[in-house]
Amino acid sequence: MQIRAVDIFKNFTGSSARPALDGVSLDVGSGELVALLGPSGSGKTTLLRIIAGLDFPDRGSVYFGDEDASKKTVQERRVGFVFQNYALFKHLTVAENIAFGLEVRDRQTRPPKAEIRRRALELLDLVQLTGLEKRRPAQLSGGQRQRVALARALAGEPRGLLLDEPFGALDAKVRRDLRSWLREIHLRTGHTTTFVTHDQDEALELADRVAVLNHGHIEQVGSPDEIYDHPATPFVHGFIGEASALTVDLRAGNLFIGNHQLPLPGRSGRTGRGRLFVRPQDIVIGEGDANGIEAEIVAVRRAGATRRAEIVIPADAGRVEIDAPAAVNFRPGERIPIRFLRGTFFLDGEGAASSLC
Amino acid sequence: MSETLAEWETRPAKIAWAPKTFAITFSKSPVAGEGPVLASILVGVTLVFLLLFLVLPLAVVFYEAFANGFAVYWEALNAPDARSAIWLTLTVAAIAVPLNIVFGLAAAWAIAKFRFAGKSFLITLIDLPFSVSPVVAGLIYVLLFGAQGLFGPWLKAHDIEIIFAVPGIVLATIFVTFPFVARELIALMEDQGTGDEEVALSLGASGVATFFRVTLPNIKWALLYGVLLCNARAMGEFGAVSVVSGHIRGLTNTMPLHVEILYNEYNITAAFAVASLLALLALVTLVAKTLLETRFKDALPGKSRGH
Repeated sequence: MQIRAVDIFKNFTGSSARPALDGVSLDVGSGELVALLGPSGSGKTTLLRIIAGLDFPDRGSVYFGDEDASKKTVQERRVGFVFQNYALFKHLTVAENIAFGLEVRDRQTRPPKAEIRRRALELLDLVQLTGLEKRRPAQLSGGQRQRVALARALAGEPRGLLLDEPFGALDAKVRRDLRSWLREIHLRTGHTTTFVTHDQDEALELADRVAVLNHGHIEQVGSPDEIYDHPATPFVHGFIGEASALTVDLRAGNLFIGNHQLPLPGRSGRTGRGRLFVRPQDIVIGEGDANGIEAEIVAVRRAGATRRAEIVIPADAGRVEIDAPAAVNFRPGERIPIRFLRGTFFLDGEGAASSLC
Repeated sequence: MSETLAEWETRPAKIAWAPKTFAITFSKSPVAGEGPVLASILVGVTLVFLLLFLVLPLAVVFYEAFANGFAVYWEALNAPDARSAIWLTLTVAAIAVPLNIVFGLAAAWAIAKFRFAGKSFLITLIDLPFSVSPVVAGLIYVLLFGAQGLFGPWLKAHDIEIIFAVPGIVLATIFVTFPFVARELIALMEDQGTGDEEVALSLGASGVATFFRVTLPNIKWALLYGVLLCNARAMGEFGAVSVVSGHIRGLTNTMPLHVEILYNEYNITAAFAVASLLALLALVTLVAKTLLETRFKDALPGKSRGH
């Protein structure tokens, strides 16, 4: 089932302050796994709740397939929603929690008792909690609770699955385990799935496509590769992965740091100031490189397997960080020539990017 | 007394029957840094005070009630006026408590689960009966429904009796007991938020199903706790009821009012006999309340923190 949100506008405060969502549109293809990624306050959870019918937009529509669901209640939309804090019913057993959505149906559509039980146990198998059906939520670990919450959301054969920070409350190790597990469940059940996260690793690793939100609008939607390799806006570049931003000048289609020219192909003769984003792994130390910029090392840190150096680029362009093998012995104060393999340039006041190769 | 205290001090873990709070007091190092001596003194002072001002009077009630033997006690309770007072008290509680359950649930639901303007004002309003003297509460109803009151002439014309009749007593009782259920539930429901309800709705449950299958199970112990307190106050209320009742023997006398009348007539044994019933109610309430607190402390507001 394809799920579409069209031009959603939502303002909680009612004043003219910045709205929670400012004209957001999102298509989630049938069977697709899409991540809504953004910092807190970017509106990602609000968008998810509006799709679910837990909140209603001031303007805009939500479609399930061809059906306009904008006026439908949360019950009528039949989506599975998984909350960050699991929200399992404490007074019910695991099996009763999973069966809840089937038990509350009216007489005509409610399956017989035996069928409900069979379905609950089947889902328990799916989420790999076989044998725990009689437990209470209080007797489960955080990861187990989240699995039960997912099984409960799947029980009613939902038209889509919406997960709000599904692993937000778990510790790092459990998060990683559940990530691959969720991917597997998605492959097996094929539900159209949207999940909210502020963890870019989670989004990039799990999702077919990632929508990056900031201040109530979508900055970019794309595959993890597109998002990471071709960020559409300065915000996305700054938010996804590590990057340093340098202040550079564009003169007649060429980039300059001070008087040092950087090769920037395919750019018409425009002029202005802008920012060049470079990732640590795209900066190399070019011994005896004629095209290199002389830069000064100001600090050196050990970062796991590599050594990370903070380098001041001349002409007040800013600082970059580079990664080098641990064996390389940097010294603060040393001057080295560096070269940029790749980078993305954004002219101030313009969203459009040009890549430096 | 001091021997017992010393024992608690040295072997806190072995006193299985010691109330939990005492065990905590002694096993933790004192906040202020003073030794267990200060704790013993504080506990001692509290115990002496409780004995003198609570336990002793309560014992006297039962002692006086049975002073002339069980037959006299039974006779006092079996007197027509006493029986009608007991019956009236039960009736008033049976009307006021269910109504306050409904009001309390509605108020707590509205406050905890919805956002609206004037919410804090509503919370203040719910607490009003706690800050208003019960006598004033009674007078309010006399001014509204009494013969000289705002609606008095209209009520008289339609032959409806409120003041100096059962409806007035019920109204006054509802007024003074209003906060009990609501306050217990507001605190708990605000704590719980709307998460569980949203899950139930997203799973297709109707509003009614959500209330009975999710909300009610989540709040049932707090609700019972509030009902218990509400009931104790409803049966024991004197001031507000005294103003609106008119003290008509056998008709509008509740148990507390009846106790006062008997006492003023120097019918001490009978007065204490009826009073002993009220005291018994208090004891039952206290035990039930303690049981609820120890058994279901996680399901009551403000008692689950620190876990």
